[in-house]
Amino acid sequence: MLEFLLRRLAQIVPTLVFVSVLIFGLQQLLPGDPAQILAGEEQDPGVIAHLREKMHLDEPLPLRYGYWIGGVLQGDLGESVRTQQPVLELVLQKLPVTIQLALMAFTIALAIGIPAGIVSAVGRGTWWDSAANAFALWGISTPNFWLGILLILLFSVQLGWLPASGYVSPFEDLRANLAAMVMPAFVLGNAIAAVLMRHMRSAMLQVLSSDYVRTARAKGLRERVVVLKHALRNALTPVITLGALELGTLLSGAVLTEQVFTIPGFGKLIVDSVFNRDYAVVQGVVLVTATAYIALNLLADLAYFLANPRLRG
Amino acid sequence: MSAVLSPTNTASTAPQAGPWRRALWRLRRRRVAMFGLAIVAAFVVLALAAPWIAPHDPIATSWGAIRKAPSSEHWFGTDEIGRDVLSRVVWGTQASLLAGVVSVSISLALGVPIGLLAGFLGGIVDGLISRVTDAFLACPFLILAIAMAAFLGPSLTNAMIAIGVSATPIFVRLTRAQVLNVKVEDYIEAARAVGNPPWRIALRHVLPNVTAPLIVQATLAIAAAVIAEASLSFLGLGQQPPAPSWGSMLNTAKNYVDQAPWMAIWPGLAIFCLVLAFNLLGDGLRDALDPRQR
Repeated sequence: MLEFLLRRLAQIVPTLVFVSVLIFGLQQLLPGDPAQILAGEEQDPGVIAHLREKMHLDEPLPLRYGYWIGGVLQGDLGESVRTQQPVLELVLQKLPVTIQLALMAFTIALAIGIPAGIVSAVGRGTWWDSAANAFALWGISTPNFWLGILLILLFSVQLGWLPASGYVSPFEDLRANLAAMVMPAFVLGNAIAAVLMRHMRSAMLQVLSSDYVRTARAKGLRERVVVLKHALRNALTPVITLGALELGTLLSGAVLTEQVFTIPGFGKLIVDSVFNRDYAVVQGVVLVTATAYIALNLLADLAYFLANPRLRG
Repeated sequence: MSAVLSPTNTASTAPQAGPWRRALWRLRRRRVAMFGLAIVAAFVVLALAAPWIAPHDPIATSWGAIRKAPSSEHWFGTDEIGRDVLSRVVWGTQASLLAGVVSVSISLALGVPIGLLAGFLGGIVDGLISRVTDAFLACPFLILAIAMAAFLGPSLTNAMIAIGVSATPIFVRLTRAQVLNVKVEDYIEAARAVGNPPWRIALRHVLPNVTAPLIVQATLAIAAAVIAEASLSFLGLGQQPPAPSWGSMLNTAKNYVDQAPWMAIWPGLAIFCLVLAFNLLGDGLRDALDPRQR
């Protein structure tokens, strides 16, 4: 276990180094002098000179990266040009909202995707299989921001059941919080449910054709027991890893979903920063997202390791 | 799939048409894939013939026709400044198709040579390329595209570059994996034994044998790129107003969903149909080009 963990951590370090180079490199895409761009419309020479000094723009590029990564390693992701707040503080303020949205979305995705995949595999070639496959195609082909607008039209405008936008903290009013978050979570979970369904179907089909399942059936076990007790446990293992890859979709999707439903989370922070030309915040958010994604994948690998007795030796 | 062995020999002596013709035959037998292809073809016609098909000027405003419901004059209704929604949906096809095809072309143009280099050379080059690819893949695709589009500046061209570069690692990884499989085949050994230089082996013998999965991935990637362009335009980072784009139409429509729902329905449906068509075609191509995956 420890050896596995150390080996995976050793693989992550160079990836993180390259991620930091990539994110630092984004700044080089800015056309012209970054200090002039960041100084805004007023172009105050004093501000430009201050920014040049602060960003070490007169230094060579590798040295500038050194200053930047040195700060990052000490938790200094820079400062918002607009609010003068440290980027890390801004990110930490918005993170809980996105985490709640992501957890609710993933729960919905699991609740739809896994049963749909099982039903589709068990009833291969039946009407249920066709319906589940059609659902998967719908899920991966529907832009989540459009689905969000359609749901607002139905549940907020026509039926008046749910609020169209806004956010209430669960500590203030849990009921209002859930009412505000259920539509965005469904929108975000829908595409992931479709992908999970496809993975689950494929893994189940493979397991259902294996010898031990045939043996279980030959022993006279009920089909329900064969599927849920014998097949599902083994089919779920690869879905853990493949499902973890969808965490990227979840984080990307949150940007659009939060925009549609005006949820003040991580995704809205990056979009607002883009329009405020607050590039330090954009860089900080991308860095935190990439690090979170890598960490979540590591956790998924660990879960896979723990769930698979053959790997544990 | 077969391969060409002689350094001077070309496709004329190799039975290369065989597997491709068989794949085409298999593809034509898959009704769902052909349905996808028909929808894609219809959208291509729509994009090319937009000046003749669109009933109105897509950017012409009319203060007397603000947010009019669908009627015989405006089949899909009008938007918040009186523009014809149908005409904007028809013209918007150009931006979406262009973004899909150009971004994936950028990904292929960058990803295939880099993946070929990594897989074929191995060693330090492979290690370095793989680590950089991992770094790109560690950044969620759309977030990286948003960040790049933000730094490059909002425009359709920059959105296409951002989407293309962000999707490149997938093609690097796929090409590399395919090259690693192919380069241990006997016919590559034979090509080496008859004295072919490495570049010729890579281009003439390895590359043609890794194209099938790349075609499948490219088709599915176009679907993802169409959604990504619509997403960036929805956020204001793609096609700029007043030029029509399905994503930016939805961005405006969300503010009028209670008064003019038709503004949201048609552009969204257009994105859905085009993406669905590319997904159906991609799935069909996968089955046709690699029947083992069925």
